[in-house]
Amino acid sequence: MIYFNNVTKRYSDTTSLEDITLSIAPGEFVSIVGHSGAGKTTLTKLILAEERPSTGTVFFESTNIHKLSNENLRKFRRKVGVIFQDFRLLPTKTARENIAFAMEATGKSDREIFEDVPHVLELVDLSHRANHFPHQLSGGEKQRLAIARAIITQPDLIIADEPTGNLDPINTNEVVNILRKINDLGTTVILTTHNRSIIDQLKKRVITLEKGRVVRDDKDGKYML
Amino acid sequence: MFITDMKRIVRSGYTNFMRSGFTSMSSVLIMTITLFVITSLLFVQAALNGALTDIKEKVDVTVYFTPGVSESSIYTVESALKKLPEVRQVTYTSQDDALALFKDKHANDYLTLQALDELKENPLGASLNIKAKDPSQYESIANYFEGDNAVSKGALTIIDKIDYHQNKMVIDRLTSIISGAQRLGFAVSLVFILISVVITLNTIRLIIFMSREEINVMRLVGAGTRYIRGPFIVSGMLVGIVSAIFAILIYLPISIWLGNQMTDFIGVNLFDYYKQNIFQLFAMMMACGIILGSIASSFAIARYLKK
Repeated sequence: MIYFNNVTKRYSDTTSLEDITLSIAPGEFVSIVGHSGAGKTTLTKLILAEERPSTGTVFFESTNIHKLSNENLRKFRRKVGVIFQDFRLLPTKTARENIAFAMEATGKSDREIFEDVPHVLELVDLSHRANHFPHQLSGGEKQRLAIARAIITQPDLIIADEPTGNLDPINTNEVVNILRKINDLGTTVILTTHNRSIIDQLKKRVITLEKGRVVRDDKDGKYML
Repeated sequence: MFITDMKRIVRSGYTNFMRSGFTSMSSVLIMTITLFVITSLLFVQAALNGALTDIKEKVDVTVYFTPGVSESSIYTVESALKKLPEVRQVTYTSQDDALALFKDKHANDYLTLQALDELKENPLGASLNIKAKDPSQYESIANYFEGDNAVSKGALTIIDKIDYHQNKMVIDRLTSIISGAQRLGFAVSLVFILISVVITLNTIRLIIFMSREEINVMRLVGAGTRYIRGPFIVSGMLVGIVSAIFAILIYLPISIWLGNQMTDFIGVNLFDYYKQNIFQLFAMMMACGIILGSIASSFAIARYLKK
């Protein structure tokens, strides 16, 4: 599904990723681990075409992500759901509207929005918070809302960039469980984290980054740094 | 699809505007000041124009005839004058009228009236008061009596004096002062307008700068450029509309005060001007506000919409 071919990313004088070659199959749950600055976030940004590689190519299925026109890039992004450590919800929209926005952006009809949004709110256990604004929600609720927004468009791929970084252990478990459920339903999940307990509990593929290079790629991985 | 999109964009722009209360209010405040300044330019121009027409109205040429000239020869001059293309109006004041006016004017001046009585006969000549269509034409009208033509032939002997040359200097001075003031007022207002427009543009830029993360999120969920930009432009327009309402309301007490206090000084009742032109003023403010708000928003957001 995703292919990195000899990808290097440099920012003026620092090299963030060096000669990365890897592939992720559809339906996989891949954790990317590494210390801060190892290049985890850069890797996800390259997949979202937020950054361009200095050299090398990134393919999604058979298309080079960084050669997409604006219009096609938008269409591609609609196939990817993103979850961030800092949630990045729209502050002037309620929980319901935050989710609806993602659907509106993809051109869904009002009827579809009306039917699907309550459903997904229920899935992340936020039905009772539907009309609250992000600043009225707890950290765990915000992250669950972000997940709801990411999955509402039924993407092929979910990228979760340190989604548990700002959460306590209970909320962390909850978020990981939701991600696991999403993966069980067939969606590919890429999770970056440096939370040992999550990795050990998941028992899925783990790619370890160190100073911008892949130092380990284990099918049934453990957290080893 | 287009209609659904537009509906969503307008709704989203409206809710953003309503919900970001403090930020919206600050842009409304700045925009109101801008519209206020722009409208002040109109008021200043109206006042100066009023003063100018007022003065123009006071300008005239009076031809005084020597006392005892027969009315028929005056009528000849009058009808000849009326045929001139520059002349707007000619008013005849007979010798008796002139005396009555003089007496009326000096009703409290006992000495003068007594002196007048001593004279036995009326010392005042009849006169023709001439108003031109344009003040610049007085000179040619005055020259009419000095040139060699139908009116002047034989007329010169019966004319006592023409007061144009006495008034000319004062008229010219006033005209140049007012048109100078008009130009200066225009230049000063233009500078103020420029400053406030720049401030408005910057305020809106700052507000959109604060929303850059939001814009980024919208892009990441795959929202199209139009769909991201739209609500910001709608909010910008709303800022313009609300500011126009505020500005027109602010002008109400100001114009009442100016109307009460300054009408004699500037020669125009600005409250009347406000009342007569309220729809045009409001439409102008709306247009300025909407154009300014939407243009500022779309410029400010453009840099965050690059790929």
